[in-house]
Amino acid sequence: MSDDRQPSSRRRFLGSAAGASAAFIVTACGPKRLFEVPSERLRKQVAELERDYSTKYGRPVTVADTPARPGVRFAYALDISRCIGCRRCVYACAEENNLSRDPQIHWIRVLQMDKEKGVDFAHADGYYQPKEVPQEGHFYVPVSCQQCENPPCTKVCPVGATWKEPDGIVVVDYDWCIGCRYCMAACPYGARHFNWAEPGVPRDQLNPATHLLGNRPRPKGVVEKCTFCIQRTRAGRYPACVEVCPVGARKFGDLLDPQSEIRYILEHKRVLVLKEDLNTVPRFFYFYAT
Amino acid sequence: MKRLPRERAAAAALALLLGAAFQARAQADPPTTPPAKAGGDERLELPPPPFTEGIFPCSGCHADRKPDPTRRVLKDMHDDIQLRHDEQHRWCLDCHDANDRDLLHLASGEKVPFERSYLLCGQCHGEKLRDWRAGVHGKRTGEWRSDGQKRYLLCAHCHNPHQPRFRSIEPKPAPLRPERPGAHTASAGTSTNPGGRP
Repeated sequence: MSDDRQPSSRRRFLGSAAGASAAFIVTACGPKRLFEVPSERLRKQVAELERDYSTKYGRPVTVADTPARPGVRFAYALDISRCIGCRRCVYACAEENNLSRDPQIHWIRVLQMDKEKGVDFAHADGYYQPKEVPQEGHFYVPVSCQQCENPPCTKVCPVGATWKEPDGIVVVDYDWCIGCRYCMAACPYGARHFNWAEPGVPRDQLNPATHLLGNRPRPKGVVEKCTFCIQRTRAGRYPACVEVCPVGARKFGDLLDPQSEIRYILEHKRVLVLKEDLNTVPRFFYFYAT
Repeated sequence: MKRLPRERAAAAALALLLGAAFQARAQADPPTTPPAKAGGDERLELPPPPFTEGIFPCSGCHADRKPDPTRRVLKDMHDDIQLRHDEQHRWCLDCHDANDRDLLHLASGEKVPFERSYLLCGQCHGEKLRDWRAGVHGKRTGEWRSDGQKRYLLCAHCHNPHQPRFRSIEPKPAPLRPERPGAHTASAGTSTNPGGRP
């Protein structure tokens, strides 16, 4: 009796062992999230993307995978007393980051608020369209991703397709995102946007200098968000919104550098963050320079 | 920000000039002056002052004219300049130098070139000058690192010195309102999709 059973038990053991090793091989060599991909394979993946995009858009497109600089923590500051609500930043952002023009996606929303009510989202208007800005009795609060130190959006992702980089930028892996939009529900700032359709970026308007975790063309059905212009800031430049602002209300820099503009603002100005009570610890500060 | 090579060369030359000028100034300054981050730093570029075309150098016309120090309304020339900048208390020669026509002067009588006009502005707007030097007032372009290559603007690039208040501008178009099935207006609904269903 026991002699009969032994071969079948061994067979079962071998079978499950083969299954386990196959599963291991598939897990180890199958698709991976970007942050755990071996660098050699990442390089191949990047080259493939560059080839695909170049063919699709009919001109050379580069995809950078510049990592975070050690010892740098990005932060942003916006002067509410200066912003005039002209929305130049909204459109500069769309051009720089290859945002879908149709259907329209904007990473920055400029909210018009009443001076009498203060920063109050219940009375904010994102669709104001007067002939001229600023309007008497109003001030303007542009809102985009707050790059939280304690981001609620990354915690709810069921597949780990979004995470905070060492320099503080919250990024999305467009190849790993399953489009469940939990992160959009979790974000208290409405800063995440979903590609309901194939993003419509005209060929001649594509910004060909892209980053793997930033402005590379997205597929349909994934979530995207502000990345502090990762393709620019990791190359040392200011984000596009900072450079376009006609009143110089937007400031960007390294929180860990005592000489940076950000630190000067934190040390000398009245500073606030949005929805402080939620303990998201934003790295996006609003301040009054006057 | 993309710039023309010519402009870049001019800015670099100006930065060098400013560097030299600022070193000289640093010796003359009282020790209470905060450490200058702008103006004397070769990593900071300042574009040339925004002169009206055909106006500078002022000495082109004024060299052989005797300065008239009486305060008056200008009629023959410069009548396009409307002074809306504490005009009750000031007029042309409080900032423009009467003897050295291509220069400005401070309240102390010290002459400053147009390239360093921020010193003139800073006499009254001291806290703005301090913020500007720290990179907080006004626009910066270039690199975000505190020791990176940055491009500053002079006060006069954004504020007309004669009417410094910002003019209102037209905003870019408002974002489109999100489409909701069944909530289509005539303008939002298209003929191919009359019911608004996806």
